[in-house]
Amino acid sequence: MIPAAFEYHRPGDLPAALALLQEHGDDARVIAGGHSLIPMMKLRMAEVPHLIDLQAIDALRGITIDGHRITLGAMVTQAEIIAHAGLTTHAPILREAALQIADPQVRAMGTVGGNVANGDPGNDMPGLMQCLNATFHVTGPAGSRDIPAREFYESAYLTAREDDEILTAVSFDAPTGGQAYEKQKRKIGDYATAAAAVILTRLGDRCTAASIAMTNLSDTPIWAEAAGEALVGTACGEDAVIAAITAMQAAIDPSEDNRGPAEFKRHAAGIILARAIARAWSRA
Amino acid sequence: MNDLTPDRDDRTAKLKGIGCARKRVEDARFTQGKGNYVDDIKLPGMLFGDFVRSPYAHARVKSIDTSAAMALDGVVAVLTAKDLEPLGLHWMPTLAGDKQMVLADGKVLFQGQEVAFVVARDRYIAADAVELVEVEYEELTVITDPFEALQSDVTLREDLTPGADGAHGPRRHPNHIFLWEEGDKSATEEVIAAADVVAEEMIYYHRTHPCPLETCGCVASMDKVNGKLTVYGTFQAPHVVRTVASLLSGIDEHNIRVVSPDIGGGFGNKVGVYPGYVCAIVASIVTGVPVKWVEDRMENLMATAFARDYWMKGKIAATKDGKITGLWCHVTADHGAFDACADPTKFPAGFFHICTGSYDIPVAYVGVDGVYTNKAPGGVAYRCSFRVTEAAYFIERMIEILAIELGMDAAELRRLNFIRADQFPYQSALGWEYDSGDYHTAWDKALKAVDYAGLRAEQADRVAAFKRGETRKLLGIGLTHFTEIVGAGPVKNCDILGMGMFDSCEIRIHPTGSAIARLGTISQGQGHATTFAQILASEIGIPADKITVEEGDTDTAPYGLGTYGSRSTPVAGAATALAGRKIRAKAQMIAAYLLEVHDDDVEFDIDRFVVKGAPERFKTMAEIAYAAYHQAIPGVEPGLEAVSYYDPPNMTYPFGAYICVMEIDVDTGEIAVRQFYALDDCGTRINPMVIEGQVHGGLTEALAIAMGQEIAYDEMGNVKTGTLMDFFLPTAWETPHYTTDHTETPSPHHPIGAKGVGESPNVGGVPAFSNAVHDALRPFGLRHTHMPHDHWRIWRAAHELGLHG
Amino acid sequence: MSKKMQITLTVNGTRHELLAEPRELLIHVLRERLNITGPHIGCETSHCGACTVIMGDRSVKSCTVFAAQADGASITTIEGLGTPDALHPLQEAFREHHGLQCGFCTPGMITRAAQLLKENPDPTEEEVRFGMAGNLCRCTGYQNIVKSVLAAAATINAAKEAAE
Repeated sequence: MIPAAFEYHRPGDLPAALALLQEHGDDARVIAGGHSLIPMMKLRMAEVPHLIDLQAIDALRGITIDGHRITLGAMVTQAEIIAHAGLTTHAPILREAALQIADPQVRAMGTVGGNVANGDPGNDMPGLMQCLNATFHVTGPAGSRDIPAREFYESAYLTAREDDEILTAVSFDAPTGGQAYEKQKRKIGDYATAAAAVILTRLGDRCTAASIAMTNLSDTPIWAEAAGEALVGTACGEDAVIAAITAMQAAIDPSEDNRGPAEFKRHAAGIILARAIARAWSRA
Repeated sequence: MNDLTPDRDDRTAKLKGIGCARKRVEDARFTQGKGNYVDDIKLPGMLFGDFVRSPYAHARVKSIDTSAAMALDGVVAVLTAKDLEPLGLHWMPTLAGDKQMVLADGKVLFQGQEVAFVVARDRYIAADAVELVEVEYEELTVITDPFEALQSDVTLREDLTPGADGAHGPRRHPNHIFLWEEGDKSATEEVIAAADVVAEEMIYYHRTHPCPLETCGCVASMDKVNGKLTVYGTFQAPHVVRTVASLLSGIDEHNIRVVSPDIGGGFGNKVGVYPGYVCAIVASIVTGVPVKWVEDRMENLMATAFARDYWMKGKIAATKDGKITGLWCHVTADHGAFDACADPTKFPAGFFHICTGSYDIPVAYVGVDGVYTNKAPGGVAYRCSFRVTEAAYFIERMIEILAIELGMDAAELRRLNFIRADQFPYQSALGWEYDSGDYHTAWDKALKAVDYAGLRAEQADRVAAFKRGETRKLLGIGLTHFTEIVGAGPVKNCDILGMGMFDSCEIRIHPTGSAIARLGTISQGQGHATTFAQILASEIGIPADKITVEEGDTDTAPYGLGTYGSRSTPVAGAATALAGRKIRAKAQMIAAYLLEVHDDDVEFDIDRFVVKGAPERFKTMAEIAYAAYHQAIPGVEPGLEAVSYYDPPNMTYPFGAYICVMEIDVDTGEIAVRQFYALDDCGTRINPMVIEGQVHGGLTEALAIAMGQEIAYDEMGNVKTGTLMDFFLPTAWETPHYTTDHTETPSPHHPIGAKGVGESPNVGGVPAFSNAVHDALRPFGLRHTHMPHDHWRIWRAAHELGLHG
Repeated sequence: MSKKMQITLTVNGTRHELLAEPRELLIHVLRERLNITGPHIGCETSHCGACTVIMGDRSVKSCTVFAAQADGASITTIEGLGTPDALHPLQEAFREHHGLQCGFCTPGMITRAAQLLKENPDPTEEEVRFGMAGNLCRCTGYQNIVKSVLAAAATINAAKEAAE
């Protein structure tokens, strides 16, 4: 497994990176942690004549918690998320999800930006960002723009980001209420058979708001709006959960792979969602 | 001096001999990154070889254009079948009496098959050149199902003469390889027809792969000046490789040196001879410089030897009281595109006919049909003796199914049918002579250790709770009592390519009382350098720490058949003990001379010879060794060396009782192993630490196989599980904690009573894990469902039982 | 072949300047160019961890890092953890507790464990199993690896306490 030859670039700031993207067009790809792209290059399934390494761009780093707004630079790694005390306090679902991505070495390299920008339906962060109603910040030759995470994914590996744009950060409001990220996988290092991100707010014994998103159950992450709505106003009891599952199952479209047939995934998705709801509710 | 003589226990302890949990001598280099594996070898001017492989499972090769690849700077050669044909090397013999294409000769028969071999200055250029070789294919009908293969009009192997016999007798269809039978078919069928109860089931043991962490590879170096070929490689049988290389290449055997350096796990994957070895050797001969070939992981999983792929149709008959009266089995064995199974010549289905297991079954029959399909060749013994794990899985599933049929507890059914201790040596209905065993003792110890009755009560409570809707997790108790057959030869029964399956040890005692022992086997992690020194320490009284054990260099080691099928301890271990006894016999003469008494008046005592009745008069082995080299002893040759070639009189029959307690989630198919108890009886225990390590490792490979590991193909013959994302190797996180235990029933025919253990945990572990899954769902009507028991298959089984409402 | 670039790597404390193609993988640069053959190649898809090295202060799989990405980095391999006369406690513990068999995964395993114990000096068994889950072993079933890591942690912590 040897990649084809390429030219390597390590721009020191964003304008330089954008200029390189402009210059090389379709021949260029940016690389963050590289743990999605490099295996594809080694299998020669991705041809990248010009590789633009973002590691030297300080502006893409850092976790900021400004009041209730949390911003993660694109180059923030899963390991940094896990280790960040502020995030653990203000958005524990991030740590919970990050811990279920790949393995320690991969998390040391894998970044938020890479995970969300790649468009791989197997990645966990895109689903989580649907749940959080995050905003993706991209910068291109025409300047910067914000794209709601829920409008970012078009199909597998196809996103709202233009080829000459770089995803610089993601931001979201610190979630309130109970949160849970539940993932079924075959083993450490695997993508999800089914995964659910759930955030619930609770007043007394009533759910006042709910956000539910699912991972690896369609060619894009799925924000199951109707599933969340099915919980609002309820005590998240059995009937409400079944209604949420039914709504979620109407929104997903799993396909068969080595993790099993679609029917199984559909069923597993329901179980995983029920678990996530129960856990989020218990924390709400 | 006598006052300083340590007591006997101390002297024994200092030897670190048999029974000592001696720390491993190998570990210093491995823990410091100083192992020397094939890919670590770098020779001056070395080139790198890489394969162009077929993307298709069945296709005609219309043309191969190598010109663009040859034009690439740094490419030295591109070999195709046309280049190998003048040398007669475009095909090669397999270990199973068939032949196999080295490079595609007119067509390809499985995805990943070797089509052309690129030789370049480094591996990057080689990989680029592989992309530039243009091959034109015409796709042909793909057959991946062995049952379909036997009905199909499509002939896969056009090179074979239709109607002509194969290596193992008549072939009844162009895609048929052999029918091999053992036992009394008509008597068995009569018993089954007349039986009170018959359990019948198709048991599939899916295709998997040994997948050692180090892939296969070699460095071939032809020294044209001296006419010597040296091949370093991942060889579990280096001496056999030398002989085969000589026969194939025409180079005299004394001019070939084969070296197995450190090997990063074998598990059967490194027994066979692969096209990469042949191509590297040819390339080195052609170019006159060393050529390295190391496959990548995808190539390893796609093209080097697979394991299992047995469809086992079984019928087991019993009285209504549960006494087994007969066993019938027919196997449809998918051998892939070429019959490259690694089995002793007479046994095309290996020792599958150990499938009567631990049970006293009066009559039995086995028939095995070997079949060609468009899958990779192989059929190696993946951490088991030849086809023994298939046999153990078969009988241990059939017993469970019979228990269901009888409405009997499966532990009790086993106990009722075990071969009794007083029946050994036991003659099985399928022709084996079991050397020793005490199954009832082991079984009772195991059941007691886990509180079997308590577990059954807990299981019943769980079922009741499940029915009340209080839980979605069921409890399974996976029982297994397995009997292995390991340590091939004897030579009269067992050979590979005509070479009898003996093994060997050569010992040289140095003048100062240390020693080197060389063996015909080769460690791949088993710790031979540690444990064989222990055997010798006990036999000759020289501390294990003063004995170097060396294997794997055919220029220095005595000829042997290698390490697989748990044969090292039963065969080479015996050779070691017997060579040690030759040393001791000579040492006795020297000691007697030095002590000025008759030979018969001295006796061996731990680390010395003493005058009988006068233990204060003695000569230590160190003193004897010194004398052997420094003193003229009348009638005794100088020096102290011995060689032993050991042809075992029989195989050894390790056994064990395993119990797995597993929770399964009926909704997601997820599992959790709560407890795993493994009792092994491998006869005399040489190093308990190493034995325990072997058991842990074998159980983990069993966990992998039972719970998800497979080489799966789609209908086009594409490998669906070609990377470690999809080919299941458990991490520390998925692997449970194991509890090990033992009984010790020595082999009566082995010089030290040892039986071998490396493969037992895989042979016994797979049915234990699988039976746990089945047992969890048994209360709801599950009889049998095929492995691997990954999440979705468990879910499907639960679904079909109506457990999802 | 693309043009070679100048790369600076500090490996086990020694600074190396070399010319390499950008596409060369860090594992190949270590093994082929610098003859540091402790880290091994097992899967090439970042699953097995045999190639694990410490880059800066993180464990990485060097089969999935381009040498160009590593330009300027400081790297520790198994060869840099201890010396024959002063072994790292993990090297001692793996031998003492039979934490290895064929040895192929061992350099990656120990190198990963070294970093794990820096990040979490007193892990539980569960934390060791989770923290070592990026490294596959085919021989040991992990039980003795886990034991070795826990034992090494105890040794390191005892030495620290003694020093304080």
